[in-house]
Amino acid sequence: MNPVEILRFAVGGLAANKVRSGLTMLGVLIGVAAVIILLAVGNGSSQSVKDSIEKLGTNALTISSGGGFGASSGSDTKPLTVDDARALADPASAPDISTVAPEVTTSQTAVYNGTSHTVGQVVGTYPAYFKTSNSKVDKGDYFSADDVLNSRKVAVIGSTTATDLFGTASPVGKKLVIGGTPFTVVGELATKGGTGFQDPDDTVIAPLPTVQNAFTGFGPVSQILVEAKSAGATTRAQNEITTVLMGTHGIKDPSALDFRVSSQQSLLSTQSDTNKTFTVLLGAVAAISLLVGGIGITNIMLVTVTERTREIGIRKAIGAPRGVILGQFLAESTLLSLLGGGLGVVAGLIGSRFTIVGIKPVVIPASVWGAFAIAVAIGLFFGGYPANRAAGLRPIEALRHE
Amino acid sequence: MRQALSSRLGRAGTGLHRLRARTAPAPEAPEEAGPWGPAPVIEVRALRKTYGTGDAVVRALGGPPDPAGGEPAGVDLVVEQGDYVAVMGSSGSGKSTLMNILGCLDVPTSGRYLLDGIDVGGLDEHQLSLVRNRKIGFVFQSFNLVPRTPALAQVELPLAYAGVKAAERRRRALAALALVGLADRVDHRPNELSGGQQQRVAVARALVTAPAMLLADEPTGNLDSRSTEDVLAVIDRLNASGRTVVLITHEDEVARHAKRVLRLVDGRIVADVRQAAADGPPPALRDPAAFAGHAPTALSGTAGGALR
Repeated sequence: MNPVEILRFAVGGLAANKVRSGLTMLGVLIGVAAVIILLAVGNGSSQSVKDSIEKLGTNALTISSGGGFGASSGSDTKPLTVDDARALADPASAPDISTVAPEVTTSQTAVYNGTSHTVGQVVGTYPAYFKTSNSKVDKGDYFSADDVLNSRKVAVIGSTTATDLFGTASPVGKKLVIGGTPFTVVGELATKGGTGFQDPDDTVIAPLPTVQNAFTGFGPVSQILVEAKSAGATTRAQNEITTVLMGTHGIKDPSALDFRVSSQQSLLSTQSDTNKTFTVLLGAVAAISLLVGGIGITNIMLVTVTERTREIGIRKAIGAPRGVILGQFLAESTLLSLLGGGLGVVAGLIGSRFTIVGIKPVVIPASVWGAFAIAVAIGLFFGGYPANRAAGLRPIEALRHE
Repeated sequence: MRQALSSRLGRAGTGLHRLRARTAPAPEAPEEAGPWGPAPVIEVRALRKTYGTGDAVVRALGGPPDPAGGEPAGVDLVVEQGDYVAVMGSSGSGKSTLMNILGCLDVPTSGRYLLDGIDVGGLDEHQLSLVRNRKIGFVFQSFNLVPRTPALAQVELPLAYAGVKAAERRRRALAALALVGLADRVDHRPNELSGGQQQRVAVARALVTAPAMLLADEPTGNLDSRSTEDVLAVIDRLNASGRTVVLITHEDEVARHAKRVLRLVDGRIVADVRQAAADGPPPALRDPAAFAGHAPTALSGTAGGALR
């Protein structure tokens, strides 16, 4: 009695009840496909967040005012100023910093030809901001250091702002009024796109003194954007920033800082932690559906064995060894899970090619192998119990079964 | 002894060496080849089968407890090579229980059963399946064919379990089907065959492995008289070619085909009548004309009178 023969018996057994075999297989198929697709969706969403954070630039460091988490926000907190930024730009004290861009932000209403649009973010900064924040001009040009020195009323606008105010026409060279002050548009940024709650393309970027003069006053800046010389130099740059600003703010105790330096790296790790939880949750749901599929196999094998007890008796009466009976039923359940799992992998891979609720799923190869292996293992273990029960019957007991 | 055993079991596979080891310490066994000729196919000593315990005990085989010893005497039976035995008795007389034990489908509560010289009581599960496969051909009253399986595959099944190669299997299965007159029905499934044809498929399946004996538990119980004649003719021919046959029946008409008739009452053998010599053709083939001429009632005197 060779394995091929046993396999032939098993295929015959499955073919004898096609609908039932098909439905059982469907249970496993759905379980496996669910595991693959849901994990791919979780992975895809974390991938897209990672991508959008990386779009901001990995060398960038953001300095914002205020202590770290839990630090006392006493009245001795000194705001960040343009002088701080100037100190950081000194290559002697901070050799790993390539550019520094202080930045003030405000929200204003822009008007063009009677069209009014509330701009999410009006940013006053230096030209270095464009490179550090990974903002590229699509049409027109950036404003220059000369524009900053002369406080010229020029602006670079984001693509959302441009569409809302100018429609399809090019905004370059046009004049728009922001919060009562007329600005000349010199450039339009390329669309960044993003998944955050704030549209990064709804923005107006103008020289720092112009925005301070028109809206915020010459007080503190909201944050300072620093670009390190390389991705590997961010940690050193971070230390230099701390040293320099402790000097300018007159702080002796490194645990009582009144400013915060955050890198994209730390943002990234927070985001990926959130996403990991999300993925695990989706995975758990999928695993449950896989388990239900496995119970389906057990149920069907139990029914099959009960229904065919007489047949088992006949086979034993004409000399079928225990191993062959066991092998046949085990092969049947394994075949079910193997076929169901295989089709589930195919369905999962096809399903994850579509965009699901705005997320492009990214298949995790380990989930494909894992789901398939678990499905087959479930078939073996859960099919093993009824098969063992069938094979252990005495022929006369099995024959008397009705 | 060892050589004799291994040659008797044929190609017994992995279980054989264990089989030898188990049976080796019984040298006094009467099946030892000697001056008295070949060992009997069946040798049963003090066989008993009970169900339940205590007050609820049911003695299916072995008779009532002996008033002196407290234990029932049990069934003793020896069936020689080539014999044709009919076991008769009313319902509950224990004949089916006896048959199931002889066919290794059930195990006795106590007693010794030597099949073709092998003590069946000492065999494990795997060895029992080998014995069922190679030494016994069992025919059931209710045919017991595997559902949804063509006749040829049914007959090939025991050979498949014995590990015979596909081509050889097919050849032998076709030969067995031809022997029972079903060469033109090899592709028919059980639901496409008449009762008589199904039973002949079952007989073909029982004899395809060339077993030492054919056991038939009321093989004609579910058949009309025409099919009964067909099946009995097949069994007669098998016995004439030297195969040992034990069958259970209710009917005198069937029992008169046998060379020896046993009657069971309450789990005990109460009558043992020989109708023809063990080594020779069965009654129906010895003198077909005379056999056919006799009325069924002609035998009732010797077989033990009214049965129902």
